[in-house]
Amino acid sequence: MAKFLLIESRDPFDNNVVARQYDLAVNLVKEGNEVTLFLVQNGVLPARPGAHSALLTATARSGVEVLADDFSLRERGIADNRLVEGVKAASLSVIVDQLANGRKVIWH
Amino acid sequence: MKVLNIVEAAYRGTLEEQDDPIIWICSAMKGANADIDVLLRGNAVNYAIKAQDASGLSFGGQEQTQPPKIADDLVRLKGKGVKIYVVDDALRERGIEPGELIDGLDFVARSKLARLFGGYDQVWHW
Amino acid sequence: MSKTLTFALMDPPFENARSTTAMRLIDLAVKRGLNVNVFAYEGAVYLPFAKQAQHPNAVHGRSLEEENHPLPRAWIAAVMKEAAAKGAKLDWVNCGLCVDERGAGEAIEGVRRGSPADFWKFAEGSDNTLVIGTK
Repeated sequence: MAKFLLIESRDPFDNNVVARQYDLAVNLVKEGNEVTLFLVQNGVLPARPGAHSALLTATARSGVEVLADDFSLRERGIADNRLVEGVKAASLSVIVDQLANGRKVIWH
Repeated sequence: MKVLNIVEAAYRGTLEEQDDPIIWICSAMKGANADIDVLLRGNAVNYAIKAQDASGLSFGGQEQTQPPKIADDLVRLKGKGVKIYVVDDALRERGIEPGELIDGLDFVARSKLARLFGGYDQVWHW
Repeated sequence: MSKTLTFALMDPPFENARSTTAMRLIDLAVKRGLNVNVFAYEGAVYLPFAKQAQHPNAVHGRSLEEENHPLPRAWIAAVMKEAAAKGAKLDWVNCGLCVDERGAGEAIEGVRRGSPADFWKFAEGSDNTLVIGTK
């Protein structure tokens, strides 16, 4: 079993390939890996309840840890107590720690 | 260390650079004995098409004499032992026929990317 | 012994959010005492460009001093200093051919010129590598 960190900087409102990255995260879990999906920049936009939020909730329910950069959330006025189910606010330092711990990391 | 390099953005700066910058850096790293393979996904699957032709640009009479030849660059990279994977769903979605492609490609379904990634120490998405 | 992370960057300053997020990560890594290598490819060679200069902001009625416009070259210099103070290293390599074609030869002190072979060497010698590509 390997550990993966997928960093998603893009959002499904503007980019129709983002949903495929969520699918990749789920497929990596199905392959027996431990996966964190870390949303940054506009990637946090679907963490606010809205048209594409169900994708994130479904991803989390499939066993992916879904985190959202607290600065990116605040920058966009998304309160961290109003995030969709399955998404938690987190510090960007999680990325540094997981990198230092040797996770396979992919930025999208 | 074995690394898979993902190319997704296509034709970004390729005319000014006369190369795709990621295919180029992969060639340079291979020259430094890197153990690497390449995955083309999204619009970058178009790079595998033999008939690409970017010749003929001219600005104020100044002609471009070395237009990019990305398919040739992939063939050369393949010749150095680098596997070139292509997401076959992306080819079908774009209406690209098998006969249009360079030889020697390895096709992978989008649903199988997770398994592919598991076989590499690192995966770099450029 | 401290761990080492390598970052490959491609974006020039002032054009999108990736360059700021990259600097946040590099700053956090240095604060944790990690050694950091950066390979600046393509437009990212402009991040440490020595000739970046501040300007006032008439739209906001701010003088040059009041505006205090961010300059990535100053961020990089400050993070290099912080790394040194912690006994760690921020080793920044600009891709030489990318520098040449962009005329970006004047970089801040501490930045050196290199090639993809340096990036591969960085990656092989690091605990992990993060590539932040451009779009």
